[in-house]
Amino acid sequence: MMDTTTMTMPTETTATQPVKMSAKTVKVFYGEKRALHGVNVDIYQNEVLAMIGPSGCGKSTFLRTLNRMNDTIDICRVEGQILLDGEDIYDPRLDVVQLRARVGMVFQKPNPFPKSIYENVIYGPKLHGLATRKDEFDAIVEQSLKRAGLWNEVKDRLHEPGTGLSGGQQQRLCIARAVAVSPEVILMDEPCSALDPIATAHIEELIDELRESFTIAIVTHNMQQAARVSQRTAFFHLGDLVEVGPTEEIFTNPRDERTQGYITGRYG
Amino acid sequence: MSATFTVGLLLLLSAVGFWMGRTRAVTVAGGRIATLHSVPNYYGSFVALWAGLPALVLVLCWMALRGPVIDWLVLDGLTPEQVEIWARVMLPPNDLSALLANIAEETDALTETHRQLLLININNLAAGQAQYVNAAVVGAIQPAADHLNSLRNLANWTLFAAVAALSAGGLAFTWSRINPSLRARNNVERIVTWLLILCSTIAVFTTVGIVLSLLFESIRFFTKVPVTEFLFGLHWSPQTAIRADQVGSSGAFGAIPLFTGTLLIATIAMIVAAPVGLMSAIYLSEYAPKKVRGLVKPVLEILAGVPTVVYGFFAILTVAPFIRDMGAAVGLSISSQSALAAGIVMGVMIVPFVSSLADDVINAVPQSLRDGSLGLGATRSETIKQVVLPAALPGIVGAMLLAVSRAIGETMIVVMAAGLQANLTLNPLESVTTVTVQIKSILVGDQEFDSAKTLSVFALGLVLFLVTLVLNVVALRIVQKYREKYD
Ligand SMILES: Nc1ncnc2c1ncn2[C@@H]1O[C@H](COP(=O)(O)OP(=O)(O)OP(=O)(O)O)[C@@H](O)[C@H]1O
Ligand SMILES: [Mg+2]
Repeated sequence: MMDTTTMTMPTETTATQPVKMSAKTVKVFYGEKRALHGVNVDIYQNEVLAMIGPSGCGKSTFLRTLNRMNDTIDICRVEGQILLDGEDIYDPRLDVVQLRARVGMVFQKPNPFPKSIYENVIYGPKLHGLATRKDEFDAIVEQSLKRAGLWNEVKDRLHEPGTGLSGGQQQRLCIARAVAVSPEVILMDEPCSALDPIATAHIEELIDELRESFTIAIVTHNMQQAARVSQRTAFFHLGDLVEVGPTEEIFTNPRDERTQGYITGRYG
Repeated sequence: MSATFTVGLLLLLSAVGFWMGRTRAVTVAGGRIATLHSVPNYYGSFVALWAGLPALVLVLCWMALRGPVIDWLVLDGLTPEQVEIWARVMLPPNDLSALLANIAEETDALTETHRQLLLININNLAAGQAQYVNAAVVGAIQPAADHLNSLRNLANWTLFAAVAALSAGGLAFTWSRINPSLRARNNVERIVTWLLILCSTIAVFTTVGIVLSLLFESIRFFTKVPVTEFLFGLHWSPQTAIRADQVGSSGAFGAIPLFTGTLLIATIAMIVAAPVGLMSAIYLSEYAPKKVRGLVKPVLEILAGVPTVVYGFFAILTVAPFIRDMGAAVGLSISSQSALAAGIVMGVMIVPFVSSLADDVINAVPQSLRDGSLGLGATRSETIKQVVLPAALPGIVGAMLLAVSRAIGETMIVVMAAGLQANLTLNPLESVTTVTVQIKSILVGDQEFDSAKTLSVFALGLVLFLVTLVLNVVALRIVQKYREKYD
């Protein structure tokens, strides 16, 4: 599947990066039921970390702990530590609003607000007071849409509803919306699962470009996609993080037989 | 042979038909049920329907026709002499001489009123209640009473025989036709479809009938009082003279005071219900923990189930005196039937209605939109204000319109708590009256059915109907349109 000669290259780039986020024995409970059994993983600055694993193994659950989206679920409880730049994000003194401004999220289903494209993009900046004057907002909109690769398609209809775009365009609008807040980390939960191959390719390219400015954690069911966009890959199985390492290594030479079974399609 | 017995027979024959049809189907299949076109129960139902339905139609027609036909036969059997004896005792002199003249000319002697009176006497006698009949006429109409009894008896027996024959005939005919290729299911389903269509038609025709009667009676009213006076007149005082020679009011039918009164109370009600209902819906759907929601929602629904008459006496006995005393304390004189009291209580009544509708539309906003907003670092209240409410707005507007239409049509609370005086005022501390209150107060008591006063009720009803219809249609349209967007 992978060209073995390039195997070591990404490992070197990531190893030199500082750690951006770090999970230490993270356990998550839904009521009495434990969904994660103690996950330890570091996410390096400016890398793309892919998370793969069979359905129901806890990938989304883990991703959502990273910006405390689990807070919105009444019965959900998180134990352990998650550090962002060395600070515990579950520290009661930490403001979850600021955290989410630093760690943005793109969801599986495109979910533009029923507002204009323009308003969708400035939604976050407006909340956080990142701009006040119209020209500042205009600049944010243009820059964000350009980064999301959507500018050329929508620049003449910024004031039409975002819900009127195609699925792939909507997803890129959601990415632009997340980017507009200038977060440090972007979390993506199966961002391409509702899209066709062309839109998917588009977004994969985009992820690669975004890596220069952001740290990205992406959940995907598509192993080719994980191989194409990520530098490191984490394999989850039944609430455990089985192994994490450079993508090439995981795909060509997994240490754990469960990983091997999954990537060779024996189950999943 | 009473009609109950006949209907019993009919049901019995249907049940027997079901059993026989089923059994026969099983028999003709010779143990291989799969060779039948339909499952055996359909053959049973097929026979039962044919045994029951035609006979049932017969019973219904007979019930509708029996009375008039028998009456006619009974009266026809009376001799002019018998009628004359009866009339001499029962009728006032004027009517009597007219009747005698008619009898002499051998024309149709009795007027409709007299006919009814005569029939009542005969019926009482026939029922063995001679004490209600003037003793002087018993001799003359006794033969008619006997005739009536024998006719009734005959009619019942005839019906019994006819029903038995028709039912058994239907049973035997369909039973004999049962064979494996009979498409019993299709037949039964077609009959059931027609029954369903019939029922829905009845509902539709009832509505249409009500609307048409409103319309025609209103038109009669508008021949007496011009539409423009009704719609734009500022004075409402429906007391008309009962006799032409009576002194007194001629009646004024300007409905504007009623409309403003209705709107005033409905507005007060909405001022109470809209914010309270909406806020409680927001709390319940966005903030409340599951437990609280599980507790509060049923309580709100109970509130919706409180009979309006209870709200009514809550209004007069508790709220109105309270408001009056409050006013007195600050030196305001407030009518004890103030629009304010009625409006507030009506608002309380509508709160659960608004909150449950608003709760529905707010819940219909997809969770993904909330997640999207929260994921960008919005707080819960920012998310509600900037994403959830705008997305739910059309639905909320629809809910409010439905609530307004409910407030306008509400009767019991205002009958009890609002006044009768048609004041043209927008002051909530005064007493006003509403369209529904006037309709009720005009119709209570004895009325002449073609006076302008009575007919005005239909015009008011028509206006009420049109306004609430328009409100409901617009509201449902808005709600629907909004629903489509997310499904
Ligand atoms: N809101 C919730 N309430 C209760 N249990 C939940 C909830 N969300 C997830 N779970 C449970 O937690 C476990 C992990 O779910 P999660 O959504 O993280 O899986 P996933 O790896 O993202 O699966 P998929 O690939 O299908 O998206 C599952 O067993 C699931 O049933
Ligand atoms: Mg998932």
